Amino acid sequence: MNSIKDRAALISEAAARMGKETFKGTADKNTMARTELTQQGAKVTTLEDAIRKSGLQDGMTISFHHHFRGGDKVINMVVAKLAEMGFKNLHLASSSLIDVHEPLIEHIKAGVITKISTSGLRGNLAKEISHGLMDEPVIFRSHGGRGSAIANGDLKIDVAFLGASSADPMGNACGYSRSENAKSICGSLGYALPDAQYAKHVIILTDDLVAYPNTPFSISERNVESVVVVDSVGDSSKISSGASRDTKNPRDILLATQAAKVIINSGYFKEGFSIQTGSGGASLAAVKYIRQSMIDQGIKASFALGGITAHMVKMHEEGLIDRLIDVQSFDKVAAESLKSDPMHQEVSANEYASFDEPGSATHSLDIVILSALEVDVNFNVNVLVGSDGIIRGAIGGHPDTAGDSALSIIVCPLLRGRIPCVVDEVTTHITPGSSVDVVVTEYGIAVNPRRPEIKERLIAAGLNVVEINALKDRAKSIIGEAAPLPFGDKVVGIVMNRDGSVMDVIKNIVD
Amino acid sequence: MEIKNAFAGTLESGDILIQIAPAEKAGLQIELDSTVAYQFGEQIKKVITETLTGLGINDASVKATDKGALDCTIRARVTAAAVRATGKDVWAD
Repeated sequence: MNSIKDRAALISEAAARMGKETFKGTADKNTMARTELTQQGAKVTTLEDAIRKSGLQDGMTISFHHHFRGGDKVINMVVAKLAEMGFKNLHLASSSLIDVHEPLIEHIKAGVITKISTSGLRGNLAKEISHGLMDEPVIFRSHGGRGSAIANGDLKIDVAFLGASSADPMGNACGYSRSENAKSICGSLGYALPDAQYAKHVIILTDDLVAYPNTPFSISERNVESVVVVDSVGDSSKISSGASRDTKNPRDILLATQAAKVIINSGYFKEGFSIQTGSGGASLAAVKYIRQSMIDQGIKASFALGGITAHMVKMHEEGLIDRLIDVQSFDKVAAESLKSDPMHQEVSANEYASFDEPGSATHSLDIVILSALEVDVNFNVNVLVGSDGIIRGAIGGHPDTAGDSALSIIVCPLLRGRIPCVVDEVTTHITPGSSVDVVVTEYGIAVNPRRPEIKERLIAAGLNVVEINALKDRAKSIIGEAAPLPFGDKVVGIVMNRDGSVMDVIKNIVD
Repeated sequence: MEIKNAFAGTLESGDILIQIAPAEKAGLQIELDSTVAYQFGEQIKKVITETLTGLGINDASVKATDKGALDCTIRARVTAAAVRATGKDVWAD
């Protein structure tokens, strides 16, 4: 005979050999209608309870994304709650920090936050840190560098607090909502995806809890431990403020038209090319001015990367750009497009710009247009520390895209007020000169001597090509000689290269 | 030279606002607030002093709010403020 009873001894023997239990029978089925059951959502709870359940302890690392940019409400809300609950000594690892995160100053003074990792700092928080607010230096990474550091364990995240414009009770979350109660939209959650994948514990904060299933989703429920409903995760109207504004400044427009001419005559402007624009008025606007040439010459781009903007979306909808690869939606139009257009693909920071992943999108990028606070005569670029020695920007994807693209173009005015943008040596080294190809200013275009073929093409096209030293001298002749900055001896920031090595340090400023 | 309250300039980027008032004590009292104070603070004060003394003004209280103005701009704004403060038009002849 061969009934289950007859095989019982063999089953026990097999289980023992495998070190497993034998099957004891299932629990009773839950017969509740699933629409009701999923709405109960075992993961849905309050912020305080979610923090308790996360096992967060003093000294651990918490993380955030900055997709709402100037409109972000999550960081201040969560850190205030952590302070109220008595946490100390936390390491705050955000994809970036902006003016709106000024309340962190008080939490740093109170010892709630004692270490920061970020792509950038702005406003009064940056000013205080530059003056020595923190004992531990801030660790600055590029977006691609942060993705790599999270993946390879350099940056270990204990609890990620990720704002989402919609989530279902299981934790499937998006940077937009398809429900009629939608309160916010930020589009791509690209900088939050490494956190969602690698953090030990993930808490989703949302201002629109929708019915299961919230498909298609960016963050999968399987990476999410808790879902917290809040009044607002961010003010979407403030996404395209600050560094990602659309310019009306005539000098920016002049720079953008010059940059467009460089692109068109660079040798890379041909069928199937790919392009990215960084933040900053002139670099964002440049794409507007290559549009007509694309139409006239019948050239189409295979994809646009990055920081997707309304201009990019428009050109995609016109058929001029085939696909959009979006790690961060720079305005509401881009965010809406990501929601509705399947050819507009959301990618993680790793898929976007990891140095150590040969498949990351920056490796397939032809042309990138970037801004700069300073460029020096060796083509090194600073986008983080102002010429007054005070931190006032962000690394962003600058070194990632400059390093991996076939052609990197830096667009910056020769002077900002009395501050020169072309200098002998940058205040802080962010993007190495070896990865910078062309510098466009309103007083002329300088080409890195490593790229003589580009220089020839631009001269042949009748562009005003000059030596970088001539630009530096011109700036100096207009503004005069600057006194040295009053740096102190304390290191307030460490700049990581995207390959995980230490690139530079930032010293404190003494008034 | 008699001085009245007067000002010239704006708070736009690349400009400087110069406010001149009668001196409270002998000499030029210059109070400077500048976005480029670290690099150019002393230079800006020097240009203001030279421009005023060149116009024969040796006693005045000056408040300068600078937004990264070049030396030529500073001279122009200081001169305009001085003309308004003294009523003496340096451009007349």
